[in-house]
Amino acid sequence: MDRRKSLKALALGTLGGVAILDGCKPGDAKKEAANKSVADGFTLDRQPEELERYEKVVAETFFTEPEMAVITILADIIIPKDEVSGSASEAKVPEFIEFIVKDMPEHQTPMRGGLRWLEIYTFKKFNKSFKDCSPEQRISIVDEIAYPKKAKKEVAQGVAFFNKMRDLTVTGFYTTQMGGEDLGYVGNRPNQWNGVPDDVLKQYNIAYTEKENKECVKYS
Amino acid sequence: MPDFEIKKQSKEYDVVIVGSGAGGGMAAYMLANQGLKVCLLEAGADYDPAKNVTQLKNPWDSPRRGASTHFRPFGDFDASYWGWDIDGEPYTKAEGTQWDWWRARMVGGRTNHWGRISLRFGPKDFKRRSIDGLGDDWPIGYEDVKPYYDRIDKLIGVFGTNEGLENDPDGFFLPPPKPRLHEMFIKNAASKAGVPVIPSRLSILTQKINDDRGQCFYCSQCNRGCTVYGDFSSSSVLVKPALKTGNVDMITGAMAREVLTNSEGLATGISYVNKFDLMEYEVKGRTVILAASACESSRLLLNSKSPRFPNGLANNSGVVGKYLHDSTGAAMGGVLPKLFGRKRYNEDGVGGMHVYSPWWGDNKKLDFPRGYHIEYWGGMGQPAYGFGMGMQGMNGQYPVNGVQKEAGGYGSSLKEDVRYFYGAGVGMAGRGEAIPLESNYCEIDPNVVDKYGIPVLRFNVKYTEHEIKQAKHMKETFKEIMHEMGAVITWGDDGAENNYGLESPGKIIHEAGTTRMGNDPKTSALNKHNQAHDCKNLFVVDGGAFVSQADKNITWTILALSMRASEYLMDEMKKRNI
Repeated sequence: MDRRKSLKALALGTLGGVAILDGCKPGDAKKEAANKSVADGFTLDRQPEELERYEKVVAETFFTEPEMAVITILADIIIPKDEVSGSASEAKVPEFIEFIVKDMPEHQTPMRGGLRWLEIYTFKKFNKSFKDCSPEQRISIVDEIAYPKKAKKEVAQGVAFFNKMRDLTVTGFYTTQMGGEDLGYVGNRPNQWNGVPDDVLKQYNIAYTEKENKECVKYS
Repeated sequence: MPDFEIKKQSKEYDVVIVGSGAGGGMAAYMLANQGLKVCLLEAGADYDPAKNVTQLKNPWDSPRRGASTHFRPFGDFDASYWGWDIDGEPYTKAEGTQWDWWRARMVGGRTNHWGRISLRFGPKDFKRRSIDGLGDDWPIGYEDVKPYYDRIDKLIGVFGTNEGLENDPDGFFLPPPKPRLHEMFIKNAASKAGVPVIPSRLSILTQKINDDRGQCFYCSQCNRGCTVYGDFSSSSVLVKPALKTGNVDMITGAMAREVLTNSEGLATGISYVNKFDLMEYEVKGRTVILAASACESSRLLLNSKSPRFPNGLANNSGVVGKYLHDSTGAAMGGVLPKLFGRKRYNEDGVGGMHVYSPWWGDNKKLDFPRGYHIEYWGGMGQPAYGFGMGMQGMNGQYPVNGVQKEAGGYGSSLKEDVRYFYGAGVGMAGRGEAIPLESNYCEIDPNVVDKYGIPVLRFNVKYTEHEIKQAKHMKETFKEIMHEMGAVITWGDDGAENNYGLESPGKIIHEAGTTRMGNDPKTSALNKHNQAHDCKNLFVVDGGAFVSQADKNITWTILALSMRASEYLMDEMKKRNI
């Protein structure tokens, strides 16, 4: 494929499997087949070892249904729908959390144990499970563990769990399309860099030097 | 059929090259274009950045959102097959020593994901012993390499500016991109701290140079490999055109076991195990060029023992594996409060920094030898795994849109915080010159083999006061720049307790020195043409040939020396000396 054509294809966002596999040699057949086996989920270049591990990871289930229910409730408390974007569950953050704890096993015990801590703490307080609590009751518990500096010492383990839950939820949300749009990230597309926009230069009262204006590349 | 056999190829090549990275790719390109028949052995898989695509993927295209795995330690989109650890291919370290070894098993090797920082060594960099009495001078000087740097600038393409600096020579540069916003702040702040900041020198095409390669389209993802070949990778820029000549047979998955020699002590080819069919093979050549990486090439030589070469091939001097060294490295990061709540626009730019600081100091006035350059980063990058973590450490410290909040939290307020702090990060890292020492080496571990039965390397490397003091100076400089910029340091403010954050050797992935060149066969493995003193039809064209590696990333010099060695080899073949 002509490079310039492929650049155009990239610009239009149409570079699909056809262009990517264009011109593959027979020797790549094994890899191609491996790529196709997860083609519905993957468009990334993967080594056979990576695909093998991926398939192993997704074949397992880590969280129980009750655990997933609490993860979903907490994720939506951390990232609710607002005027800018949707909620964590709308962005499939709970599914991401299920995947990432299997992919990074170091998260497993803190998450499982943290959820259990939350259940015991909730039960002692309201005599029911977190899921069965009213929204007000849930928030009252979250408020106890969501602010590390003012939280009571007795709930330090709950604070550590909520910090992890906040981390995974925020990172899971802002790495989705919905999250990226919320953030206003406008990169990851072909463009031509002509320097910082003029209004931004003005805002920060800064300017390119004469030398920079002269020596740097300009695109029209 | 016998249970075990070695498949010997009847064809004899002019050259067998081991490794397809910068050194091997350049040798294959040069020799194949002159009509020589080349066999290019690569231990890894086939790879072409136009076909094996991770560029322009979105974070959600990776189930782990770009996080690293042991298959891709620099992240799920990084164009490196393997990295610090390869299943079934261990290496060991002597007790109390450090070395981390990055191996990219793929056509093009580490050039597929590297930083594209393309710096020439300067005149002083070849003559360090004459300047500070440490290490050794190279047997060649800048004037010997300059013509090759010039040709490589034009052949491959590099942007930058001619600044007339004594030890950071001018070249043939494409125009550089304008600095990003945080880079403008860095430049102003560093200038106040007495640190020069100039356009970076990266092998990225800000303008088209030929019809085989496209122009950079500013996605900042050079580390993922470029589908339009807008940056330099050996796979796309050297190996691909070399294959096009029809003079190269490339064999992937070929893990070299030994350099074969004959009764006259000349190299006759390579024996290797094919990783895909696990069969043993031999390939013959009139000459052999090693470019498997400094450490892997010395492993191969040390494993090539024969009655004639009991210490390993090209090792009568005993220096093979010694003088192993990496660049020093230390880093610091923080946030720039004046960028909180900043306006959004696409500032991806090229893959890497638009400006950098070449070494400016005078070592006569400092308590350490050799210098370092500074690399910078920051701004509104693509979110990936890890993004937005640790918000409780940010949102209680600075008012968000004028409101002081309690650290931590959740809900719409938290979403506001994430947006507010986005794009305000800034950081810098030093990359410095370590002193190559005979006492820092890799050797064959007497007890350990990899899964192919090939004895593995055992590393034995320690940093000295020289490198630690250099890291201390880096941190002092970084602090000053951060302070002048009005940035808040959030990490990397290290002290003596951890050697000022000096990275363990190997971590910067600039391995060099293990088969160094020199005029004296007693103290060097190669002569000044990268040719083995003890075996005239054997060359080593990777970082192993380096006597020292300056504070400059070594790729541009590997390319220049490989081009130079290739022409010398052809000349010697014409003269029938080889």
